[in-house]
Amino acid sequence: MQAVETLHQPSGLQSRRNQDRFSKGIAYVVCTLVGLAYVFPLYWMVTTALKTDVEIFQVPPSLFPAAPQWQNFLASTQTIPFWLYMYNTLVICLLTIIGTVASCSLIAYGFARVRWPGRNVVFMIYLSTIMLPAQVTMIPLYIIFRQMGWVGTIWPLVVPAFFGNALFVFLLRQFFMTIPNELTDAARIDGANELGIFWRIMLPLLKPALATVALFTFVATYRDFLGPLIYLTDQDQWTISLGLKMFQNQYGAQWQLMMAAATLTMVPTVILFFLTQRTFIEGIALTGIKG
Amino acid sequence: MATATSARPARWNKKEARALLTGLAFISPAIIGFLAFAAWPIYRSFYYSFTDFNILQPPYFVGMQNYVDLLKDRVYGIAVANTLYMVLIGLPVHLIFDFFMALLLATQLRGLSIYRTIFYLPSITPVVAAAIVWMWLFNGQYGILNEILGRFGIPHVGWLTDPRFTKPSLIFMGMWFGGNTIIIYLAGLRDVPVSLLEAAELDGANALSKTWHVTLPMISPVIFYTLIINVIGYFQYFTEAWVLTATRDGAVGGPLNSMLFYAMYLYQTAFQQLNMGYASAQAWILFAIVLVASGVLFRSSGWVYYRSEE
Repeated sequence: MQAVETLHQPSGLQSRRNQDRFSKGIAYVVCTLVGLAYVFPLYWMVTTALKTDVEIFQVPPSLFPAAPQWQNFLASTQTIPFWLYMYNTLVICLLTIIGTVASCSLIAYGFARVRWPGRNVVFMIYLSTIMLPAQVTMIPLYIIFRQMGWVGTIWPLVVPAFFGNALFVFLLRQFFMTIPNELTDAARIDGANELGIFWRIMLPLLKPALATVALFTFVATYRDFLGPLIYLTDQDQWTISLGLKMFQNQYGAQWQLMMAAATLTMVPTVILFFLTQRTFIEGIALTGIKG
Repeated sequence: MATATSARPARWNKKEARALLTGLAFISPAIIGFLAFAAWPIYRSFYYSFTDFNILQPPYFVGMQNYVDLLKDRVYGIAVANTLYMVLIGLPVHLIFDFFMALLLATQLRGLSIYRTIFYLPSITPVVAAAIVWMWLFNGQYGILNEILGRFGIPHVGWLTDPRFTKPSLIFMGMWFGGNTIIIYLAGLRDVPVSLLEAAELDGANALSKTWHVTLPMISPVIFYTLIINVIGYFQYFTEAWVLTATRDGAVGGPLNSMLFYAMYLYQTAFQQLNMGYASAQAWILFAIVLVASGVLFRSSGWVYYRSEE
C-alpha cells in the first residue's frame, strides 16, 4: 500500500480552515452518536445478562442491574451444554483452518509463482466460483455426503476446506506476487525444487498473509449456521451457533440466560479481534481494494 | 483439464511441459475441489431440477414440471418478492450508509482506531448470538427500542410482528453488521491521492464537489466490488431472518411470511419437505438471477474508473 501523506492546508486560507474545522466537528458528533448506537446492543446484552428473571421484565427497564447476577453466566452454560458446543465448534474451526491454509497456500503458489500455459484462464475460471451461490451446490453435495454416510458428522463441514477456497487463494496469490523473483531464482540455481522453494522460502515470508487467512476462516466458520444446520443432525455434535438457536426456541422467555449465553459466544471473537486487530483491518482492506 | 493438455504435448518443449505439470500439481487441490464441490454438483442440481426426488426413492424425471409449479407457487412468489426487497432497498441503504460513515471516518478523526473498532466489531460477532440480542431489542413489550420510542411519545412498533415493519427492521439490524464494508471503503478512501484533492481544492472545489468529482471516481472500483459481492450475498440472505423467525415447530418466515426469503424457502423445500427436485429448480432460478444480476452490473459498470497501473 502506498504511504498516505497528511493533508497540508494551504496557508492563508483562514476561512477554509474554519470550514474544515466545522466539518470535522460534525464528523465527530455523527461518528460518536452512531458509535454509541453501535455499542448499545452489546451493552444491553451484557446488562440484561446480569439481571434477575424479574428485573428483565421491569417497566421501565433499568439501565444497570440492581445487583449483578454473575451466576447467570454459569447458569447459561448449564442450561445448554455450552462447553460441549464450544468444543465442537472449535474442533471444526481448527480443522477448517488447517485445511484452508494448507490447500490455499499450495494453490496460490501454483497460480502465482509457477509459469504454466493456460494459467490465467484457469485462474479466472477458478475465481468465478466465488460468485456461485451455495444453494446451487447444496443439494447434490448433501446427497453425495449422505451416500458416504457423512450426514451427522463434521466431515461435510471440514473436508471441503482441504480443497481450497477461491477468495483466499486470490488473497494469497496477491501476496506471492509481491515477493521478488531474485529470491527464488537464486534457490533454483542452487538446485532447489519447487516444493522446496515453496516450503523453505515462500511459506516463512507468507506468514502474515496466512495469519489473515486463518483469522478470516476462523470467523467465518465460527459464525456459520447453515452448514451445521444441514449436517449436524445429532445434538451432541451441535456447534455453539446451532445450540444457541435451539436454546432460544426452548427457553425463549429467559432473556437473561440467553443474553449471558450470547455474551459468552461472542467472547472468543472479541478477544481474537483485540489480539489481532491489525491483521483483521489490513486483511479486510486488502480483500476489498484489490478486488 | 490435465488430460486435454497432455494429449498434445508436442506443442510444448520439455521445460514448458514440466512447468505445466508442476503448476497443475500445486493447484491439484483446487482442481479436485472445483470438480467435486462446484462442477459436478452444478450439473447434478441441474439434472435434479427436472426430477421428482425425495432422496429415499431414485429421482423420477418430470420434465419442466418443477419450473411450471414454481410459477404457480404463491409462497415462492412471496419469498422472491421479499428477497428482491432486500436486494433493491436493503442493500442500497446499507452501502450508502457504510460509505457515508467511511467518509466521516476518513476526515482524519483523532481516535480513529477506536471508532474503527466500534464499527467493525459487530460484523464479526456470531450471527446467531447477535440476532438473538436483536430479538430482545426488538421485543414488542419489553424491548428497549420500543421503550426509547415511548419516551418520545411514539407508540410501540411491532418490529418483528407487524408485517409492515419486519423487513425494515431487518434492514435496520443489518446496518449493525456492515462494519466490514465501512472498513473496505475507509481503506479505499485513504488510497485516494491527496494531491488530487489538493488540486481540486485549489480550483475552488468545495467538500461536496471534491467528494463527487474526485473521491467517488477514485474509489468506484471498491464500490463496484462491494456491490457485486453484496448483491450475490443478499440473494442468499438466510441466517439473520432464520434465527429471528424460526419457531420450535420448524416454521419460519415470520408474520404473513413477511420475512421468508429465497434461501429459507429453498432450505425448507429441500431439507424439511425433502422435495429435492423442486428445491433444485429453485436453486437454478436463483443461479440464473444471480448471473443475470452480475452480468447487468458488469455491463453497466461504465461508471467505474480504473486508475492506470502505476
